[in-house]
Amino acid sequence: MKQFAQLIKTLDGTNKTNVKVQALSQYFKEASDQDKVWTIAILSHRRPPRPVNTTLLRTWAAELSKIPTWLFEESCHIVGDLAETIALVVPSTEQGTDKSLTFFLQEMLALKQKPETEKKKYLFQHWSVLDYYERFVFNKLITGSFRIGVSQKLMTRALSKATGIEEDILAYKLMGNWNPNRITFHHLVLEEKESDYLSKPYPFFLAYAVEDDVSELGNVNQWSAEHKWDGIRCQVILRNDELFVWSRGEELVTDKYPEFEAFVGVVPNGTVLDGELLPYPKGEIGTFKDLQTRIGRKNISRSLLEKIPVKLKVYDLLEWKGKDVRDKSYLERRDILEAFYKNTMKSNKGAIPLLLSERMQFNSWDNVAQERGLSREKHSEGLMLKRNDSTYQVGRKKGDWWKWKVDPLTIDAVLTYAMRGHGRRSNLFTDYTFALWDENEQGEKELVTFAKAYSGLTDKEFRQVDAWIKKNTLERFGPVRSVTPHHVFEIAFEGIAPSKRHKSGVATRFPRILRWRKDKKIEEANSLDDLKSLII
Amino acid sequence: MKTPLLQFTSKGIYCKEADVYLDPWKPVDKAIISHGHADHSRWGHKKYITHHKNIPIVQHRIGEVHISGKDWGETFTVNNVKFSFHPAGHIVGSSQIRVEHKGEVWVFTGDYKIEDDGVTTPFELVKCNTFITECTFGLPAFQWRPQQEVFDDINQWWAQNRSEGKTSVLFGYSLGKAQRLIKHLDTSIGKIYTHGAVENMTDVLRPLIDLPPTHLITRETKKAELLGNIVVAPPSAHGSTWIKKMVPYVTATASGWMAFRGARRRRAIDKGFVLSDHCDWKGLLETVEATGAEKVICTHGYIDIFSKYLMELGYDARTEATQYEGELSEINTSEKEKSEAE
Repeated sequence: MKQFAQLIKTLDGTNKTNVKVQALSQYFKEASDQDKVWTIAILSHRRPPRPVNTTLLRTWAAELSKIPTWLFEESCHIVGDLAETIALVVPSTEQGTDKSLTFFLQEMLALKQKPETEKKKYLFQHWSVLDYYERFVFNKLITGSFRIGVSQKLMTRALSKATGIEEDILAYKLMGNWNPNRITFHHLVLEEKESDYLSKPYPFFLAYAVEDDVSELGNVNQWSAEHKWDGIRCQVILRNDELFVWSRGEELVTDKYPEFEAFVGVVPNGTVLDGELLPYPKGEIGTFKDLQTRIGRKNISRSLLEKIPVKLKVYDLLEWKGKDVRDKSYLERRDILEAFYKNTMKSNKGAIPLLLSERMQFNSWDNVAQERGLSREKHSEGLMLKRNDSTYQVGRKKGDWWKWKVDPLTIDAVLTYAMRGHGRRSNLFTDYTFALWDENEQGEKELVTFAKAYSGLTDKEFRQVDAWIKKNTLERFGPVRSVTPHHVFEIAFEGIAPSKRHKSGVATRFPRILRWRKDKKIEEANSLDDLKSLII
Repeated sequence: MKTPLLQFTSKGIYCKEADVYLDPWKPVDKAIISHGHADHSRWGHKKYITHHKNIPIVQHRIGEVHISGKDWGETFTVNNVKFSFHPAGHIVGSSQIRVEHKGEVWVFTGDYKIEDDGVTTPFELVKCNTFITECTFGLPAFQWRPQQEVFDDINQWWAQNRSEGKTSVLFGYSLGKAQRLIKHLDTSIGKIYTHGAVENMTDVLRPLIDLPPTHLITRETKKAELLGNIVVAPPSAHGSTWIKKMVPYVTATASGWMAFRGARRRRAIDKGFVLSDHCDWKGLLETVEATGAEKVICTHGYIDIFSKYLMELGYDARTEATQYEGELSEINTSEKEKSEAE
């Protein structure tokens, strides 16, 4: 633990990526094998189940600190992180520990099953002796959210530096389902074994957004376009008559979408498809909102399956006849994919929930732009542009794939409530609620809340708004403050749908701040009717 | 109801009996000033009364004004009200202001800390009936370590950077924090360089305190001579073109706010040292108790939270809105940014 806490302290004490990579790779050279495995697990979001819920953590931390719970809660809102607040508030002898990271994690795994009195004893015992960074890490391990400015990519880079294994290969090895408590470092990272790879997906190839004029991508003949579907990016794997469905977040979601069981026996073994999982209520393509009724449900009822069935709109082929085909060109992969799709659909008469994402070729960038203009009608988010001779690469890379989304919908709204942010925005009011004008029954104009947003401003702008909020607070409701309606912001969002859950009667998808309209007075903000008119 | 000895008005804290203001934020005829930071000693008053060590600071900041100085504990009477200055331990020349009338005693702290920092005159406890206190860090999440430990860390960080061939850039407010840092930096490691704002203020304070030599960075300063040394600069220098001269450099800020990881991360600073010229949570509570005050008024910082807790402890506590800012300027919005949001 000492070593790991020291690592976190070092990572925390620098803002430079190179220094972080250096510290991590040094750690990977020096730590024990089992600590390494756990470190990889933690930094790739494979956290152990939470042994103590946060309500108990809060109550006990306040108790040990001898402060009332409301005071602990207030501190928590201001610090912006539970693990950090506990580490700051509880009294400790700061003497530290000699137990290893692995030992701690095993204790925590066992702790989950224990009665509350033992949990409390365990926490008090450690909170009172660990030093600050150990305490912080200890709490982070318990609360389970280990976001400390080290991405999985950065961790992989450091591991590659320490082991000499290529980053792409490491990314592949670290994917999928593995249990840090049952796997050795040798097995996970160093060893080559074919049988491990049965369920393993390939790292997704991700695209950046088009930055400049799209025509700067060069000759349009070298490019294909597909619609960018608004569902869940998935890899569907068929090997040894077994089906595995992986989401982009590296989550195995096979059980959530039983529709795809129909692929077994139809899609040949040794096939890996890359595509978009989409909802088809009433036989037509639905919205992301439809899909949300399926996400997060563990038990899927028959009626829900009938109401919102899903299909895979496939756009790429990564493995064919048991061979990795990612090195073939996009056009070659599409040729195999399209032939396979045609044959399968012919023999099955469309019985499996599989659709092909249409590949389009245009003779001018203007025509591509025209197609992009049809995106909202076609329920897509815009276009994907793929270079015809591109291989299927690892992670987010510039050059061969680009996403060219439609411009978001926008509306001018008034800032009405604010809440403090978390992490690097702790103690700063950065989470805002926005309202639009409406008329009440008496015919008076009033502001009605319609969306929350917490991204889109620069750090400097956030600091300015924060300072203004602190001076113009009307009322406080716990962490939330209502403010004088004064500032107008342009809010962008991806989609809009009627909603019974929202007071405004509309739900917007991914609202964010586009810009601060200092030039506008609140009277010039849009109305709720303006917003509703955007619903297709 | 009789008028309280000190009232909170739109211009500042007002003593009606004596017709004077304490640290007013709007121009007034007669102002009694606790210390030299911008939010406490403002421009435009007709007459300033302050501790004599604060005079050069006020004159440096706002020019020639009508100002008179007093000693610690020296009582002066205005219309039958007795006033005196007592060390607040915040920065050089910082005072608490004691106000006495007909046996009733009020103390206004301005800003204060109880730890002896080796630069400023140490805090003196003053018994009173009503205690007007700041609570910039009035939250249990703020617990300071002894300054010696923090300076050991800072010096170790400097030595480490030097061994890696890098320049250390340490940010701290030019009045107060900068001199405290300079005083305790270990000059056996290397030389101390300064930003203009820090150097000017340090020059003003040199006659009052004993400080190691510093070297102003000018146009003529060579990049190579900075290497491995430490540069003390105001927080506003971070992200400016001025700092490019220090490449390769590592940055750190010394402030109470650095207790929070988020505060450091959003400023994109490498390292944070938790070092404040204000009291931590325990320091505030201990002081409030030791003054023996029945009434406590919280003026700036986490006033709602701190006063609520004091009430739970049985004090007659309340908050008053003022325009004091505590240590915020060290990490948060600059005055310029703030005015842009109005």
